[in-house]
Amino acid sequence: MANGYQNVQEDVMAKAVKEGAVAGIIAFLMFLVFVGIETYQDINNQLVWRTRWGLLGVFVIVAAVGRFVTVGFIKPHLDKRKLAKAKTGILEVSEEKSFFHKHFLKIALVFLLCYPFLAMMIFGRQGSLKYVDNFGIQILIYVMLAWGLNIVVGLAGLLDLGYVAFYAVGAYSYALLSANFGFSFWLLLPMAGILAGFWGIILGFPVLRLRGDYLAIVTLAFGEIIRLVLINWTDVTRGTFGISGIAKASFFGIWSFDVGAANNFNKAWGLPSSSVYYKIFLFYVILALCMLTAYVTIRLRRMPIGRAWEALREDEIACRSLGINTVATKLTAFATGAMFGGFAGSFFAARQGFVSPESFVFLESAIILAIVVLGGMGSLTGIAIAAVVMVGGTELLREMEFLKHIFGPDFTPELYRMLLFGLAMVIVMLFKPRGFVGTREPTAFLRTRKAVSGSFTKEGHG
Amino acid sequence: MEYFIQQLANGLTLGSIYGLVAIGYTMVYGIIGMINFAHGDIFMLGGFAALIVFLILTTFFAGIPVALALLLMLIIAMLMTGLWNWTIERIAYRPLRGSFRLAPLITAIGMSIVLSNFIQVTQGPRNKPIPPLVTDVYHIGNITISLKQILIVVITSILLFAFWYIVNKTPLGRAQRATEQDRKMAALLGVDVDRTISITFIMGAALAAVAGTMYLMYYGVASFNDGFIPGVKAFTAAVLGGIGSLPGAVLGGLLIGLIESLWSAYFSIAYKDVATFAILAIVLIFKPTGILGRPEVEKV
Repeated sequence: MANGYQNVQEDVMAKAVKEGAVAGIIAFLMFLVFVGIETYQDINNQLVWRTRWGLLGVFVIVAAVGRFVTVGFIKPHLDKRKLAKAKTGILEVSEEKSFFHKHFLKIALVFLLCYPFLAMMIFGRQGSLKYVDNFGIQILIYVMLAWGLNIVVGLAGLLDLGYVAFYAVGAYSYALLSANFGFSFWLLLPMAGILAGFWGIILGFPVLRLRGDYLAIVTLAFGEIIRLVLINWTDVTRGTFGISGIAKASFFGIWSFDVGAANNFNKAWGLPSSSVYYKIFLFYVILALCMLTAYVTIRLRRMPIGRAWEALREDEIACRSLGINTVATKLTAFATGAMFGGFAGSFFAARQGFVSPESFVFLESAIILAIVVLGGMGSLTGIAIAAVVMVGGTELLREMEFLKHIFGPDFTPELYRMLLFGLAMVIVMLFKPRGFVGTREPTAFLRTRKAVSGSFTKEGHG
Repeated sequence: MEYFIQQLANGLTLGSIYGLVAIGYTMVYGIIGMINFAHGDIFMLGGFAALIVFLILTTFFAGIPVALALLLMLIIAMLMTGLWNWTIERIAYRPLRGSFRLAPLITAIGMSIVLSNFIQVTQGPRNKPIPPLVTDVYHIGNITISLKQILIVVITSILLFAFWYIVNKTPLGRAQRATEQDRKMAALLGVDVDRTISITFIMGAALAAVAGTMYLMYYGVASFNDGFIPGVKAFTAAVLGGIGSLPGAVLGGLLIGLIESLWSAYFSIAYKDVATFAILAIVLIFKPTGILGRPEVEKV
């Protein structure tokens, strides 16, 4: 018995060594050209090359050792744990939830409400600027966008790869209308939402008959069309130069945040002049907008239209057989999702003070969609967590100055931001294909509401 | 008229490149029903492999004949991208087969981001120009046709024929078609489904590498974000022709190439991509499964 066990162990080790060697060879071949050789322009602007065997060696060793450890240690360990769990016959589902788990939403909300002041207390007035703006506002914009897209993708099951188009419509409606007509933020915020929703209907009409991946490519095409028009229609949009000097949002028209204005907020309240108060104000505005999105989504899910969306996602044919108007259902999903994109866009323009087509590339759509799917489609909490992890994580990379001490002064962590973002997308999907929150709260239930596994919900066919 | 024929020739050249990339999209879609978003970046990777091989060849063998250099570039680029696409399929797509539909789409988008940023980090963000490889031009009346245009169309035609032969006349092609129709049944009848899918990815990548090499030869420049726009257009071509259909992919590619060059010639160069996408939308409104696509039969 003991001998047999040893044999198995030796087999595992032999296999691990073999697999590690194979991984090393494959990595060597893969990276030989792209890592082993570096191309660059010399002084005469001629393209020349030099070798980088050291770096190539690092890549190969990492691949070989990584594979060896995975096959030799991690996989047997996981198998053993699974076996042990299966033997006891006890499922690892505890009915008792921890205090933190039970009150997660309340704790998160209280934390968010205190967040700007906590940041100011800890990092000082100027130091907190970064935390309120780069982390707080940035993440909340993505949370709002992802919640908006969630209505289209997560609830109605329509795959939309061009969501950024509505974000762009919102941003440019605010930028253009405030620059040309001088309307205020509070007037233009709903208007931008309505305009974006209107565009959602316009773009939704032709694609109603399309399903699945055809829908995906047409929405992607619309996103690109909007961006190309923004670039090329220079008379109105000033093309790639973008529109700068966009008016700031005011405190509901009572106090202004412009430094020169008579009713300046900081002066009125006797505060030292600093842009941090404007950022804190913006933080609460976007927080309120997010809460509005969540509230509308939750309420709509219980209304007939929300149920129709989810029914459409589960089975379109059954939906039609039951007399649900699929045209109206799809269009409202498109329009509602687009409207929130428009809100987020006009907020983005007000916060940034500058918009250019560069901000509305396909990559943004991909990031938003990734957040929705990584969070677990349809789950608002999961999506918010995904946004914090993905956007916050990549923002954090900007702050890693200490890495310069390890890798030398030439090392720029920003360069690796998107690379790591892409890797994180792949890795999270591989380990949690159903997203961070794998359970769903059903809207319709018999007597008691029980959470169901995410794998029981369909993702729709477009 | 001469101007029109000139534009036609340019459009066909561009369309051949799109068609080759589109085949990769359509094959993968046909066999596992997934949009391989990283395919455009595989095309970019192929171009870069060819560029680096070209640089090495010109350093060590200064007087190498152009034909031989081109052949070596093509072969190494094809091997390289084949290996990359095989690895990507193994790591990022295979574990998610049978999972829900959006999961492999997200890993594909992730892989696309990884590939373009990997090249940006390892090879630098600047455009990489190379000296022109093939410079001969022919004049027929007022029409100018360059040798590289002829080369591109000829290589594409040869590859398409070879490809058609593989898919329709060989045991491998039969396995591919069987896997496409019904994966479970094919497996029951002794088709090695995993191997077939892997080979499909390698074949698609090899075609993309050829397209990438020719793109490099045609424009003489490579950049890390070259994968996106041609990738999207090739995907558009695949959808326009009817996704899953091989002749459709080629037809779609040629159409997109022609629309692009004719629109730039007669209307405005700035809006050529808008025209391409708008025509895609219009075609899909009237024929929701593309030009040569089979209509989906829904069974309840």
